[in-house]
Amino acid sequence: MAACALDALESEETLRFDHEGRTFVITRSPEGDYFAIDGHCSHEKVHLADGVVDGYIIECPKHFGTFDYRTGESQAPPACIDLRSYEVKVEGNTVFIKI
Amino acid sequence: MVIVGAGEAGTAAAVALRECGWRGPVILIGNEVMLPYERPPLSKAILVEEMNPGPKLLVTPERLAELAIDYLQGRNVEWIDRAAHTVTLSDGAQLAYERLLLTTGARPRKLSVPVAPESRIATLRTYADALAIRQIIRRGCEVVVIGGGFIGLEVAASAVSRGASVTVVEAGPRLLTRAVPAPVAELIRAKHERAGVRIESGAMVEGIDAHEGRSKVVLADGRTHLADLVLVGIGVVPNVELAQAAGLAVDNGIALDETLTTSDPHVFAAGDCCSFPHRLYGARMRLEAWRNAWQQGAAAAANMLGANRPYENVPWFWSDQYDETLQIAGLCREENVPVARNLGAKGHLFFYLAADGRLVAACAFGSLGAIAKEIRLAEIMIVRGLAPKAEALANPAVNIKSLLI
Repeated sequence: MAACALDALESEETLRFDHEGRTFVITRSPEGDYFAIDGHCSHEKVHLADGVVDGYIIECPKHFGTFDYRTGESQAPPACIDLRSYEVKVEGNTVFIKI
Repeated sequence: MVIVGAGEAGTAAAVALRECGWRGPVILIGNEVMLPYERPPLSKAILVEEMNPGPKLLVTPERLAELAIDYLQGRNVEWIDRAAHTVTLSDGAQLAYERLLLTTGARPRKLSVPVAPESRIATLRTYADALAIRQIIRRGCEVVVIGGGFIGLEVAASAVSRGASVTVVEAGPRLLTRAVPAPVAELIRAKHERAGVRIESGAMVEGIDAHEGRSKVVLADGRTHLADLVLVGIGVVPNVELAQAAGLAVDNGIALDETLTTSDPHVFAAGDCCSFPHRLYGARMRLEAWRNAWQQGAAAAANMLGANRPYENVPWFWSDQYDETLQIAGLCREENVPVARNLGAKGHLFFYLAADGRLVAACAFGSLGAIAKEIRLAEIMIVRGLAPKAEALANPAVNIKSLLI
């Protein structure tokens, strides 16, 4: 699924991507690589695209649960359930995620 | 390790003791007969959700077992013997401690005016309180909220969204006087009035009578309001009695040093019940806030195990009002210089600078997406003691993240 253009994000920035009733957060790493995980925090239904990114960590904007956006693994409470991560590949100037 | 109080702070501490590597016993004592739960939803989701307003648990029974946390529910601690290192429970049981943590929280302040015993007044602190309020608020019922603070306003928003008719009676000149700068409080007032909540500032309550099964709130100017429910939200009183009886120092809460230690080096405290000196603000403070409770609980746990780290986290508050969110990082004083940043229609954001130019607080109201990143970045600037230029903060074309360097 085409998600965004390659230059859509700067490093440590996020983008919300919605598809068929599901929602994802796409994050660009300090090295410029793209990653995708579930969009809503596993603690409450709050979108992570509104959170701050620091290195490889994305933080929920409401209650500060954190996740490694490369794997979806939860890092700090109150979030304690891992999120799903999705395969990302870049073809030409487009970022695709495998949903 | 014994923890008295199984709210946000106590539960976070119990978990943190294990995460810090403590292998000895951890005993968590709660006075409610249920698993530890989150309090923020009590004034919001629990009051408005159509179906099954169950408590949102802080920890599952499986997790407690996995971490070998011994949770004693429905028990009060009656006495601390600091010389013998024991606590005595309401059922007479005695527990020995190596280190003791007091996370006894706070209780709603009571009205100091005459209240007829048969009147229907409520306060909100526990899950049971929330269920009782939920039973009463429905379409067409009249709710009077005494106190224009966070609890009162969140209940007002929940009640009006369920079709109740709501009046907020505030003694002060405006809403949220203690916690929120005036321009933001004004935005919140406007939001409530658009939703149909009547707000009466400068209104002193003289007493509460009962009248044909309802309550009658009598104001000093002679006016009265009839209500099916009177919600009293006029602040909280820290639960210091246990500490006081044990001879521990108390100063607007159980008095701690910067490492969250009481006047007894074997006894610690955290959360709403304690006051502590904050390096960033050069003042002793007591915070009544969700995030402080769990962060302080976890910090106290590390210090119980000898970490000896000062607690310097920036105060942070949040409140949901309808579809919008208020977030405040830091503490704002009268003399701080406000700098407004234009977020367009989605929200309002104010930064507050001290006389030396340092950022000391930021306060925003609007959609979560519009404000959360900015407040979080402001918090990082406050921690680092940065003095960003007012022009840059005010300019929406300047990315706040670029000011962190």
